[in-house]
Amino acid sequence: MDSGVWALQLLNALQYSMLLFLLSIGLTVILGLLHFVNLAHGALYMMGAYLGVSVAMATGSYWAALFLAPLLVTVIGAVLYFALIERLRHSGPMNQVLVTFGLIFVFLDVVRLLWGDIALGLDVPPLLAGTAHFFGIAFPTYRLFIIFVGLLVMALLWVVLARTQIGAMIRAGVENSDMAAAMGINVGRLFFAVFCVGCALAGLAGVVAAPVLSATTGMGVSILVPTLIVVVIGGLGSLEGAIVGSLIVGFIETVGAALAPNVAAISSYVLLAAILILRPQGLIPARG
Amino acid sequence: MRHLFATIAVAAFATASVSQAALAETKVGLLLPKSGTYAALGNEIEAGFNLALEEAGRTGDFTIVAEDTEVKPPVGLAKARKLVLQDNVDVIVGIVSSGVLGALRDFIDGAEVPLIVANAGNNAATGAACSPYIVRVSFSNGQVNRPMGPWLVDKGIKKVYTLAPDYAAGHQMIESFTAAYEAAGGEVIGGEFTPFGQTKDFGPYLTNAKAAGPDAVFVFYAGGEAISFVKQYGSFGLAPDLPLFGSGFLTSPLYVGAEGDAAIGVVASLHYIPTLDTPENKAFVEAFKAKFDRPPSEYAVQGYDAARVLLGAIDAGATDRASIAAALPKVKYTGPRGPLEIDPATNNVVQNIYIYETVKADNGLTQKIVGTVEGVRDDPNGCMLQ
Repeated sequence: MDSGVWALQLLNALQYSMLLFLLSIGLTVILGLLHFVNLAHGALYMMGAYLGVSVAMATGSYWAALFLAPLLVTVIGAVLYFALIERLRHSGPMNQVLVTFGLIFVFLDVVRLLWGDIALGLDVPPLLAGTAHFFGIAFPTYRLFIIFVGLLVMALLWVVLARTQIGAMIRAGVENSDMAAAMGINVGRLFFAVFCVGCALAGLAGVVAAPVLSATTGMGVSILVPTLIVVVIGGLGSLEGAIVGSLIVGFIETVGAALAPNVAAISSYVLLAAILILRPQGLIPARG
Repeated sequence: MRHLFATIAVAAFATASVSQAALAETKVGLLLPKSGTYAALGNEIEAGFNLALEEAGRTGDFTIVAEDTEVKPPVGLAKARKLVLQDNVDVIVGIVSSGVLGALRDFIDGAEVPLIVANAGNNAATGAACSPYIVRVSFSNGQVNRPMGPWLVDKGIKKVYTLAPDYAAGHQMIESFTAAYEAAGGEVIGGEFTPFGQTKDFGPYLTNAKAAGPDAVFVFYAGGEAISFVKQYGSFGLAPDLPLFGSGFLTSPLYVGAEGDAAIGVVASLHYIPTLDTPENKAFVEAFKAKFDRPPSEYAVQGYDAARVLLGAIDAGATDRASIAAALPKVKYTGPRGPLEIDPATNNVVQNIYIYETVKADNGLTQKIVGTVEGVRDDPNGCMLQ
């Protein structure tokens, strides 16, 4: 294969990494800060895709979907937070896993009832349709847009976490929530805000993915596994960990798919096992 | 007088209910996926099946017991056992996945219960592993794909790259196509089988396909994977240099709307398309549209024909498992997809295969026939029914 093909495969990998990043950053910060295992995160991603398709159908505008779907998913997340998650915060990981695992099936059947079993597509706006030509290669414009959205969110989160007071409070909460509370931080409200942002990013990932991957009932479950692998590889609760983990998993799966599809399917699990044995805290954990 | 009238009334009612009972005794086990990847296909087949019974005014003659295979072979087998041993059904209709059909085969054959296959296309079920109790009204994987081989060579496409999901049906579809294509003088210069049910992003595979430099790509994908594949193919802007051909499920009317403009120009082969210009098909499409407000897909027709074939067997005097099994292969009629008969040598359907292009119409996408191969019949391939 020549260099042009490799450039395309690397762009494919980068695009997949960015989707994984949007999902895993929410999951990892919720895990790191709230110590809450939210397996329903993938279901929120699916809701983002389906709500995006519906909003786009109702308004005729992809851009409306891009902004409204994450908002609607945040509302769903807020309802979940008050109805279930707040009550479950101190009931141990096993109960949290069971309840949120159950939620996956609830969302699955809600989607099947409301939208049916047939996968739904979402059209990209004219601005992002077609292919972009640069350096002698052609790549779908929309996939470049996904990479752009991922990088933008990454930059925004870095600024917020590293350069603002809210960011300092979140980092303090991840490091030691009791001490943060003792220092006068309203940890409960902080948790809620972080949870909402995590849900919004899952919804954003869903609506951004829908034009490429379609909205399907299985999407929430199938994305959950690579997302959890990213969180474990990267380390709980850290932005850098989510970035590094997403890039590693995205590149392994995509470049592997191009070279040897059947090996690629297991290679990220091999890496997961290796990390769990050699460095169980992940590559860049938030709590040193 | 009044007493006499009552006696006559009771007698009349009794005779009526006896003759009614004689007709109402057919118990059908409907074994379809209601959850999982192929749930939409299961619903579509059931819709077609019920439509045929309603159209014939025979809904009352059948008791239907529906079970969900969850597209899992062990679950499908357990549900088939339940239908046969507990519900005591006379005939089983359904089966979407080739994997489930493979798991059921020995049980069905041993229990001597007729099974009308309404989708699953694995070649073996009407080949080396055929059974007098398994009759297929849908298609075989080879039957749908073989006609595309000579057709592509005829159109000057000499080198193709193939893609399909890595499971039984994917391999069989590509193997059947490859054999027919190479026999006609074409060359398959490369191909890949993508992990089934796990591949969301076909970008890496499309990039490799383009790099291999073929005249065209030939693929098999169905359901959600077909939607993602066609949309992603469109987004890479490959259509001018690398036209897309495939097994007709790729652009099935069931989900071509979700694929959108990316499906325009894709040419594929299938045993049914809703735009066939025959009186039988027009009536069927009309009836289906009246009920569901959308055109029927090949899956709906498969369910419809499963019911038609069953009705044909019962009208020929079949009443129980053995007589239904014996009568099914003799059924022959012209339905929505054209002339249809069961080949007694394999128990697989003999039917026309249509090569169609997806084109844009005023109200969305529609199918234009660009070639018809009449009466496509599978070789026995080791089947010893005759």
